[in-house]
Amino acid sequence: MRKADIVVDTKGMACPMPIVKAKKALDGLASGQVMEVLSTDKGSVNDFQAWVKQTKNELLEHAEENGVYKFYVKKV
Amino acid sequence: MEASTGLNTMTAKDLTRIVLDKEPLFILDVRNESDFIDWKIEGASIDILNIPYFDLLDGVDEAMEKIPAGHKLLVVCAKEGSSKFIAEQMVEAGRTNVYYLEGGMKSWSEHLEPVKIGDLKDGGSLYQFVRFGKGCLSYMVISNGEAAVIDTLRMTDVFVRFAAEQGVQIRHALDTHLHADHISGGRKLAEETGARYWLPPKDADEVTFSYEKLEEGRDIAVGNTLIRIQPIYSPGHTIGSTSLIIDDHYLMTGDLLFIESIGRPDLAGKAGDWVGDLRETLYKRYRGLSQELIVLPAHFGKVAELGEGGRVMAKLSDLYRSNPGLRIQDEDTFRRTVTENLPPQPNAYQEIRLTNMGKLTPNEDEQRDMEIGPNRCAVHDR
Repeated sequence: MRKADIVVDTKGMACPMPIVKAKKALDGLASGQVMEVLSTDKGSVNDFQAWVKQTKNELLEHAEENGVYKFYVKKV
Repeated sequence: MEASTGLNTMTAKDLTRIVLDKEPLFILDVRNESDFIDWKIEGASIDILNIPYFDLLDGVDEAMEKIPAGHKLLVVCAKEGSSKFIAEQMVEAGRTNVYYLEGGMKSWSEHLEPVKIGDLKDGGSLYQFVRFGKGCLSYMVISNGEAAVIDTLRMTDVFVRFAAEQGVQIRHALDTHLHADHISGGRKLAEETGARYWLPPKDADEVTFSYEKLEEGRDIAVGNTLIRIQPIYSPGHTIGSTSLIIDDHYLMTGDLLFIESIGRPDLAGKAGDWVGDLRETLYKRYRGLSQELIVLPAHFGKVAELGEGGRVMAKLSDLYRSNPGLRIQDEDTFRRTVTENLPPQPNAYQEIRLTNMGKLTPNEDEQRDMEIGPNRCAVHDR
């Protein structure tokens, strides 16, 4: 299990809230810190990857477990 | 959907009207770029711009700059949430005449619009159901209190309601072939209404349910007048593909022949085997039919194929003059055209085929997701 500096739980939330919450949390992090985002919104998986790429942060890992999507993002 | 200073809702039905009436509309699609490139709302009078919602979280300035004021503006996303979120900010920023699409691209994909094709000789009538968002077409033949539905789409409630409005009983549900781009509603409709479900036996080798065999020589009567549904075996898109001649006037070509293209032979994994059948059907079998027949396909690939009022239809003789898929004289060129450089396959087409065989039983949400995107059943779709 990866260690994250902050965990953002967006389970049960629909678009756009998972990314709105994640963005808010990421804005508060220092460069090099890692954020873990939990989401149950299948539709936001593609969005999440596109958003991380667009903002030039680093997607370290993403996985799905029992319908919960986990994303680890390192702030650049 | 009156224009006002606040935020307005637009339904898929409203949007269909706008596309049909060629009313100017500016669409801001806030889905991610790859989903947008794959599939979007199209229309002759529509300007469209893609900025993902997550690029607008710090403010909608970019969108405000790129979208000229004074236009009717529709914000669209996959389901609805993000479009509403962005549209609200556009309104706060002072923009007027702003709408969001209720239910997003999902409801656009599922909306069906019935249009009347014409009257039948003995008093019946024929309707086409246009699924704008996905390019699928279903049909209802009505005569003397009875109806047959052809290539029924998954939204069976639309057909049940329409039949009730017309005061007719649905007696038959027919599929021209085992579909690979959308989930057939034929079997469900038959269960709901007590109708008989017909499928070409050669496409039904692996199905898990009982059905009536749609074969040449087994004419189907609708009502007690002589509205004949005459099956014509026409393999090529699938091995079982069967066309239907209705009332000696209409030719339902399924996925063999469209208005501006022809069907692809590869969705069941057998392009090489079926290319000869496809050629035989299009260049010999259909040639031997009355050239006055009105072709009614099961799909369209682009909005340019929509005619007056959204109808998708053309005379067979006209298609032999205008459809590029019917004008390839050289057999080798034909083979290459229908087997090489084909467009990507429809989303989840393998799972869709298994579902239509009864081997998979996805729930409503899963079915919706499987059907996302364009149909891509024609060789020229891009």
